[in-house]
Amino acid sequence: MSDLDLKLHVWRQPKRDAAGKFVTYDVKKVSTHASFLEMLDILNEQLIEKGEEPVAFDHDCREGICGMCSLMINGRPHGGKKATTTCQLHMRFYKNGDEIWIEPWRASAFPVIKDLCVDRTAFDKVIAAGGFITANTGSAPDANDVLIPKEQSDLAMDAAACIGCGACVAACPNGSAMLFTAAKLSHMHHLPQGQPERARRTLSMVSAMDAAGFGNCSNHYECEAACPKDISRDVIAELNRDYAKASFAHREHKAKSDGA
Amino acid sequence: MKLESRSPTGPIDTAWSRAKFEMKLVNPANKRKYKVIVVGSGLAGGSAAATLAELGYDVACFCFQDSPRRAHSIAAQGGINAAKNYQNDGDSVYRLFYDTVKGGDFRSRESNVHRLAEVSVDIIDQCAAMGVPFAREYGGTLANRSFGGAQVSRTFYARGQTGQQLLLGVYAALERQIGAGKVKMFPRTELLDVVVEDGRARGIVVRDLVTGAISSHSAHAVILATGGYGNAFFLSTNAKGCNVTATYRAYKKGAGFANPCYTQIHPTCIPVSGDYQSKLTLMSESLRNDGRVWVPKSAGDCAKKPGDIADDQRDYYLERKYPAFGNLSPRDIASRAAKEQCDDGRGVGPGGRGVYLDFRDAIKRDGKDKIAEKYGNLFEMYERITGEDPYKVPMRIYPAVHYTMGGLWVDYHLQTTIQGLFCLGEANFSDHGANRLGASALMQGLADGYFIISYTLGNYLAGVQASSLADPKSAAFKTSETEVKAKLDKLLSIRGKRSVDSFHKELGHTMWEDCGMARSKESLERAMAKIRTLREEFWTNVTVQGTQDSFNQSLEKAGRVADFLEFSELLCRDALEREESCGGHFRVEHEDQGEAKRDDKNFCHAAVWEYTGPDSPAIRNIEPLVFDNVHLATRSYK
Repeated sequence: MSDLDLKLHVWRQPKRDAAGKFVTYDVKKVSTHASFLEMLDILNEQLIEKGEEPVAFDHDCREGICGMCSLMINGRPHGGKKATTTCQLHMRFYKNGDEIWIEPWRASAFPVIKDLCVDRTAFDKVIAAGGFITANTGSAPDANDVLIPKEQSDLAMDAAACIGCGACVAACPNGSAMLFTAAKLSHMHHLPQGQPERARRTLSMVSAMDAAGFGNCSNHYECEAACPKDISRDVIAELNRDYAKASFAHREHKAKSDGA
Repeated sequence: MKLESRSPTGPIDTAWSRAKFEMKLVNPANKRKYKVIVVGSGLAGGSAAATLAELGYDVACFCFQDSPRRAHSIAAQGGINAAKNYQNDGDSVYRLFYDTVKGGDFRSRESNVHRLAEVSVDIIDQCAAMGVPFAREYGGTLANRSFGGAQVSRTFYARGQTGQQLLLGVYAALERQIGAGKVKMFPRTELLDVVVEDGRARGIVVRDLVTGAISSHSAHAVILATGGYGNAFFLSTNAKGCNVTATYRAYKKGAGFANPCYTQIHPTCIPVSGDYQSKLTLMSESLRNDGRVWVPKSAGDCAKKPGDIADDQRDYYLERKYPAFGNLSPRDIASRAAKEQCDDGRGVGPGGRGVYLDFRDAIKRDGKDKIAEKYGNLFEMYERITGEDPYKVPMRIYPAVHYTMGGLWVDYHLQTTIQGLFCLGEANFSDHGANRLGASALMQGLADGYFIISYTLGNYLAGVQASSLADPKSAAFKTSETEVKAKLDKLLSIRGKRSVDSFHKELGHTMWEDCGMARSKESLERAMAKIRTLREEFWTNVTVQGTQDSFNQSLEKAGRVADFLEFSELLCRDALEREESCGGHFRVEHEDQGEAKRDDKNFCHAAVWEYTGPDSPAIRNIEPLVFDNVHLATRSYK
C-alpha cells in the first residue's frame, strides 16, 4: 500500500475559556499501516520541527481499552468505524488526498481543557454516586458459594465492557450519558451481588447524571451507533424499567435525593 | 544501605498468619488522624486507596490519567491466577508458590511469594463479591483456563478483558470512598518528587497537569504504586504514559532500586510494521492454549503463504523443544525461542521478524464458534491492526517488552529502604524474581493493595505519632518545589533542534538492540556509552514547546524521558554486573545449549542499587536469597 498525503482541519483552543478555531495542516507520507493517533504523532513532529506547539490530544493504552482517546473525526466519534476506538482506527481506511476534520468531544458536561482534550470527570461523579457494590475488602464469601447462570454473567460482561470514553455523550444530540450510566447499572443488575442496592443505585446514579450537566435521553440511539464497545441500547430500556420501579418503591428516598 | 527483609522465620505455611498476629494495630478511632498518600490508581494503588479508606485512614490518591479508571492494569487481557483448585487438578497454595518461585528462576524472595499464593484465593472471592463478571460454567461456577509455566488450570478470566474488569472493580470501590469523602482524588496530577526528612517519607511534590501548578502534600506515609518501566524501550506493550519517574525520583531520594535488569519480553505481540510505530500490541498468552506456534522448516518457504506450507514442512519448535509444556512454555523461554528461529532466517512477515501462531487445528477440533467465544475480541483486535483475519490465516507474532520484574526494593512489609515509603504492584521488585508467569501481575497488584498493605501500613503507623505530620510549607517541601521548578524551566529553556520523542525513540532502539532479549558485556558497554552521549545531547538540544503554567503534554513527556535517560544506564549496568543468565535476563556468555545458565554460587541475590549523586556511580548492595522450601534447581520445561 502506498503512503497518504492528507489535509487536516484540527480544532485548536489554548484553554478552557478561550476561543477556539480550526487550523488547517498538510501531513505528508503517512503509511496506511499507521494508526490515526500515529498520524497525529507525525503531524506533531512536523509542528515541533517548525517551532510550533503540538496539538494536544488524550491517549494512553493505544489498544482500545483504557478509554482515554476520543476525537470527533469528520463529525463521527472515534471516526465512525463500527466498534473501533480512535487509537485502533488505521489509516488504511483513508484515501490519498482526503480532508479530515478533527474536533474534541462536543458536550456541555465535558468542557475542553485544550485543543482536543476534554474534562470527563463528570463520568467519575456518576460512578461515585452508586456505580459500585458495597463489599468492603475481606467481607466476601467463597466465590463459588454464589452461583451465577452463565447467561446472566455474559449479559453483565456485555455491559461491563464500557470503557468510559464518552463517545455516547458526544454522539447524542442532547449530550446525554444514558448509555454510559445504563451500562454500569446493567452490569451490576444482571448479577446477584448487585441486587441489594438495585433501587438505590438506580436513583442515585440517574440524579448524579442530571446534576453533572448531562442532557436527557430522547431515544435517538446515536450512542449505540457510536459506541466503540458495541454496548446495546437495550441497557437503556433496562434502566428505564428499573427507574420506574425504584421510583415507586422508594418514593421517600427519591424525595430526599430531589431535595423535596 | 541496610537491607533487612523482615521475613518471618519458621514454617512458611503459617508465616503470614503469624506475622499478621504480631503486627501492631491502630485503634479504629485513631485511624482518621493518619494521612496516607497513594500514588497511582491501578490494581495495586486503587485497591490500596479504597481499602485503607474503608479502614478509616485519611487517604489522598494521585494519578496522571484523567480518571483512576484508566490506569494501565486495564489492558491486561488473559487472567488472574489463584490457587482455588476448583478444577480438582492438583492445585494448591504450595503449588502456586512453587510454580512462581520456579517460573521466576529462583530470584524472588520465598516468604513474599508464599504470601502471594496464600492471599490469591481471597482475591477471587473479593472480586466476585464486587461484581467482577468472571467467566462461568453453565452450572454457575467460575471457569478457569491454563497459562504458561503451569500444568494446572488456575487462571480466572473475564473474556479477554480481565484486567479491565478487575480494575473497574477497584475503581468502583475507590469511587465509593471518593463519594463518601474518605478519599480525595487528584486526577491529571503527576508526582515529581518524594520529600524525605530525618530518614522518613514526609510527602510528595506534584504538578497539576491541567494548570501546571506545583504543590506539596504531606502525609504520615506515602505509597507508590506507579507501575513498571517498560517504556525505557520506547516500543513496548505499556501505555504511552507509563514511566519510571515516581520510582526513579524516590531512588534518588534514597530508596534502593532492585534488579532493574529483570525485564520481561512477551512472546506474543503483533510485530513492528514501521518507523511511525508508537506502541506494540499484545496478543494474550491465553491464545497459546489453542494456538500452535511454528515457522517453516526451510528458510526458502518463508515467503510462501502459510496455507501452502505442508504440515511436515512446518517446525512447531516449542512443541519440539519443550514437549512437556509445549506452546505454554514460560514467556522468557518462548521469546528467546522465537528470536532464535528468526535469527536462523526462518522468521516470517516483513523483515523476517515474526513467527506464526496458528489456530487452524483448534478451529478444526472445536469449531469456529467455540474459538470465537474464547478469543473473539482478541481476533478482532488483531484484524483491526493488521487487516488480516486470524480465523483464515495464522497470526504473525513477535516478542516485545511487556513487564518489568525489577523495581523499588521492599521488605516483607512492602516498605522501601526509606521509612514510611511503601511500594506496591509492578513498581516493586518482590514477587516475580527474574521472570513473571502469566496471569500473576494482576494477582500481585491486588494482593498488595487489598490484603497486605492494610496490615503492614497499620503496623508502621502504630509507631508514628499522629501529631508528627509535616508542614507542606516547611523548608524541606519548599526546597523540593524549587528543584522541581528549576528542572521544568531548564527543559523549556533549551529550545534545541530535536523533539522529545526523537530522543525517546533513539534510547528505545539502543535498549532493544543492546539490552533486549540477548545481552553481552560488549553490547551493554556500548549501550551505556550511547545512553550517556544521548543524555548529554538531550540536555543541550531538546526542544520543548509551550509553557510551564499550562496544559503541556510535551513538557510532561520531556520530564519522563529525562528520567528514562538516566535510569536506562542503571538498567544496563545492572545487566552488566549480573554475570549469569536467569529468567528474562539472558547473557550470551552464560548459556548451555541455548538455555539460560544461572550462577547460584555468585548471584543468588537481589542486587539493590543505591544512589550516590549525579556524578558518582551507584553502589550495588545485595540481599542474599535463601531457598528453604523450594529446592534450588535448574529450571526445566522439557
